[in-house]
Amino acid sequence: MSVGSIVLVVLVLAALGYFFGRRRAVAASAKSGVKLHSLSGYYGQTVALFTAVPALLLMVAWLFVQPIIIESRVSDMIPDSVIPQGGALSLVMSDVRQIAGGLDAVLANTELSEEALNSGEVDFTTIRARMAEVGVALAGDVPQEVYEAAKAYRQGADIGRLMMTVAVIGLALGLLAWSMRRIEPRMRARNVSENFVQALLIGSSTIAILTTVGIVFSLVFETINFFKLYPASEFFFSTVWNPQFRGGSDLGILPLLWGTLYVSLVALLVAVPVGLMIAIYLADYAGSTLRSFAKPAIEVLAGIPTIVYGLFALITFGPFLRDWIAQPLGLGSSSSSVLTAGLVMGVMIIPFVSSLSDDIINAVPQAMRDGSYALGATQSETIKRVILPAALPGIVGAILLAASRAIGETMIVVLGAGAAARLDLNPFEAMTTVTVKIVSQLTGDTEFASPETLVAFALGLTLFVITLGLNVLALYIVRRYREQYE
Amino acid sequence: MTDMTAATPAKSPSASEARTRRRNASERRFRLMGLIAVAIGVLALVGLLVSIFANGASTFRQTYITLDIYLDPARLDKSGARDIEEISKVSTFGYAPLIEDSLAAAMAERGLTGIDADDAADLISGEEPAMLRRYVLNDPSQIGETVEFNLLASGRIDGYYKGRVTMASAELDRNVSPEQLMLADELKEAGILTTRFNWDFFTNPDASDTRPEAAGLGVAILGSLYMMLIVLVLSLPIGVAASIYLEEFAPRNRLTDLIEVNIANLAAVPSIVFGILGLAVFINFVGLPQSAPVVGGLVLTLMTLPTIIIATRAALKAVPPSIRDAALGVGASKMQAIFHHVVPLAMPGILTGTIIGLAQALGETAPLLLIGMVAFVREYPAGPPEGFFDPASALPVQVYNWTQRGDPAFFERASGAIIVLLVFLLFMNLIAIILRRRFERRW
Repeated sequence: MSVGSIVLVVLVLAALGYFFGRRRAVAASAKSGVKLHSLSGYYGQTVALFTAVPALLLMVAWLFVQPIIIESRVSDMIPDSVIPQGGALSLVMSDVRQIAGGLDAVLANTELSEEALNSGEVDFTTIRARMAEVGVALAGDVPQEVYEAAKAYRQGADIGRLMMTVAVIGLALGLLAWSMRRIEPRMRARNVSENFVQALLIGSSTIAILTTVGIVFSLVFETINFFKLYPASEFFFSTVWNPQFRGGSDLGILPLLWGTLYVSLVALLVAVPVGLMIAIYLADYAGSTLRSFAKPAIEVLAGIPTIVYGLFALITFGPFLRDWIAQPLGLGSSSSSVLTAGLVMGVMIIPFVSSLSDDIINAVPQAMRDGSYALGATQSETIKRVILPAALPGIVGAILLAASRAIGETMIVVLGAGAAARLDLNPFEAMTTVTVKIVSQLTGDTEFASPETLVAFALGLTLFVITLGLNVLALYIVRRYREQYE
Repeated sequence: MTDMTAATPAKSPSASEARTRRRNASERRFRLMGLIAVAIGVLALVGLLVSIFANGASTFRQTYITLDIYLDPARLDKSGARDIEEISKVSTFGYAPLIEDSLAAAMAERGLTGIDADDAADLISGEEPAMLRRYVLNDPSQIGETVEFNLLASGRIDGYYKGRVTMASAELDRNVSPEQLMLADELKEAGILTTRFNWDFFTNPDASDTRPEAAGLGVAILGSLYMMLIVLVLSLPIGVAASIYLEEFAPRNRLTDLIEVNIANLAAVPSIVFGILGLAVFINFVGLPQSAPVVGGLVLTLMTLPTIIIATRAALKAVPPSIRDAALGVGASKMQAIFHHVVPLAMPGILTGTIIGLAQALGETAPLLLIGMVAFVREYPAGPPEGFFDPASALPVQVYNWTQRGDPAFFERASGAIIVLLVFLLFMNLIAIILRRRFERRW
C-alpha cells in the first residue's frame, strides 16, 4: 500500500473511533446511570488521538529507518572484488539503487512479470535493454553481483513496505480497540486527551532542536569524512582553490573566504550608512506622508526574493558597471565582479539595517533627547552626540546581523560575483565566495565519495560556524542593550 | 539659539552668528544626507522593478505563424487503418515536412518567393513538429483533414519583433539570415505572422537550449505549488503547536531556553545550509528521490518554521490575559481556554505570519539548487500525492536555470518568470494585508 493510502486508512479509522467512542460513552452512561466525567466529545477524542498519532509516528520512523537497514543488508552482499580500484562502496550502492529503480520502472511499463524477474528467468542483458526502453540508462559495466544486490534491494523494499503497512494499520487498530474498551463514564477523558495534546505540543516545539541537531550532524559527519580524504591544514591554510574531477585538487578555503568577506564588506559599506540614515531620517525628520510611503517601500526591498536581485546583478547592473566604469577606467572587463555583487547585496540588506536601527533608536529614552534639546543642541547634534552614542551597542548588533546575512547570501553572489577563486584587491575582478562553491560542488554530480564533493560540507560547516557566531554575538549585544534602558 | 549668544558674551555677535550659521548649515547637510539615503532606498526599489519589468514584459507577447496544415494520410498513416500503434511509429521527423509544405503553399499563394523552403521552414520553432505529433496521436481521426494551427515562430524571429535581433546582427548569426527576417516581415504583412499574448509561457514545460521560444513555466509553477502545499500542511500545525506550547504552557527551564535559542538561531541560519541538510538527511540518508517536491517542501518547511513560530507567538501574546482569565473563571480548563478562545482570536495574526512565511519559501532558491531541483524537467509531475515524488522544477530555480543558458532569449524568459513570481508574492502579501486589516483586533 502506498504511504498516502496508509495515511488515509489511519485517518478514517481515527474518524470512526471518534464517532463510536463518543457513542459508547453516551450509551454506557445511560445504561449505568453514572454521569459522564467529561463532555462526551472528549471520549471520542481520546480514541481518535490514540488511533491516529502513534500509528502515524510509527510510519514516519519506519520510513527513516527502513532504508538504513536495507542498505546495510544489501551492502553485505557486495563482495570487495566488485568495488572498483580507488572507488568506494557508496558508488556501487548508488548503482544498486539506480538499477532497483530501473527494475521498478520496467515492471510498471512492460509486460515483464514480478515472478519472471525473481525466478531469474530473465537475464541481466534483457533487463538492461528493457530499462533503456523505459528511459533508465546505466553507465558502464554492471557486474552480476550488483544486479543481484539490486534485486535484493527491491525485494527488501517491497517486504519492508508490506511489513510497514501491517505494522502501522495493526497498531492503529490495536490502540483503537484498547482505547474503546477503556471508555467508561468515570474515565477522566478530558484530562487524558489534554495530556495527550500537550505532549504533542511539546513534541512540535522540539522540532527546532531536531533541525539544529540535523544540521550539525549532517555537516560534521561529512566534514569528518572530508578530512579523512583531504588534510585539514591544507583546507584551512592553502591559498589555492582548484578542484579537479580526476583527483589531485587543491581545496584551500582562503580565496573563498576572502571573496566572501570582500563582497560582504562592500555590501556593508553601502547598507550601513544608507540604512542608518534612512532610520534616522524616517524616525526624526520625515513628515507623515513621506514616512507612510517610504517605510513600506524600504520594507518591500526585504521581501523581494534574492534571485530577483541576482538576476538584476546579472543582466542589468553587472553590464552597466562594466561598460560605464570598469572598462573606461581600464580596471576590468568582467560583468560579474565583487562590486556588482557587493553593491546589489548592499541594497538587499538596507532594510535589515534600517528596521533594526529604527527599533534601537526608538528605544533611546525620550528624556535624553529632551535634555539635549534643552541645552540648545540642534536636532542633528542631538542625534550625532546623544542618540547614536547611546544606541551604539544596539547598532553594532544590527550591523553584525546584517553581516551574517551578507556572508550567507547565495543567489546574488552565484549570479553576480563570478566563479573564479582568487585573492585580489581589485573590486572590478570576478571573485567567488563560500556559498557559490557550495552550490557548484554539490549541483553538478553528487557522488559522495570524492573530496571535491565532500568539501562542500566543510565549507557549509565553516559558513554555519561563522554566521552562528555573528548571530549569537549580535543577539547577546542587542539583548544587553535593551536591558540597559528597560 | 539666541540663548547661546547670551551665554558666551566674550565672543562678538558676528562670530556667534557665524557659528550659528555653521551649525544650521550642518543641520541642513545632515537632513539632506538623510533625504538622499531615503531616495537611494526608494530609487533602488524602483530601479530593480523597472529593470526587471523592462527586460521581462516582452515575454508575455509571442510571435506565432498561423498555417493551415493538411494532415496527409500518405505520410502519417500509410496503412489507412488509423491504428494508433502504426501512427505512433511516425517520428517527429515525419511531421516536419507537413509544416514545411504548408508554409511553402501559403507563401506561393501570396507570391512570396526567392527563399528556399528549408530556410523558410526555419522560421518555425523546432518544437512544433512534436506538438503536431502529439495533436495527431491525441486525435487520429483528424488525419486527412486540414487544420489551422498557431505555430511558434523560432526564437530569433520572435527576437526580431522584440528588438533583440536586427538585420545587422542577423548578418553575423549562424541561426538566422536577413533574408529570413525579410520573409518574416512579408509574412507579417500578409497576416500569417502575428504577435499575441503568450499563454504558452504559463503552461509549457521547459525547452532545450536551442528553443527558447517554447520554454514555459508549467512544470515550475506546478512544482512550486506542490511545495507550497507541503509547507502549508506541515508548517502551520507544527508551528502553531510549538508556539502555543512555548507561549502558554512552557515553564521557564533549560529545555525551553534551549528551544528559544534554537528558534532564534535557525531564523538566521543561511538558507543554503538548509539545502545541505536536505541533501544529507532527506536524500542521502532517508533515500527520498532527488528533484522531488516532497524534499523541497520538507526543507522549506524547516526554513519557514521559525518565521511562523515568531509570528504566531506575537499573535498569541497580543491576546489580552483577561480573555484567558475569563475563560478560566467560568470553569474552562487551560487547554479549553487556549483552543476555544485564545487561538481563534489570534488566528488572523497566525495566518498573516503563515502567508508571509510561505511567500518567503516561494522565493527561496539556494536550498533547492542543492537538492537537485535544477535538473532539466520536461515531464509534468503526476497529481498529488504521487506527484510529490516526481521530479519537478520550481519558479525561482527555473529562473536560475534560464540564466545559465547561452541564448540571450532565455534572459528575457528569466525576467518574465520573475514577473510571474513577483505577481504571486504580491498576491500573497495583499491577502496577508487584507487579513490583518479586516480581522485583526486592537485591544
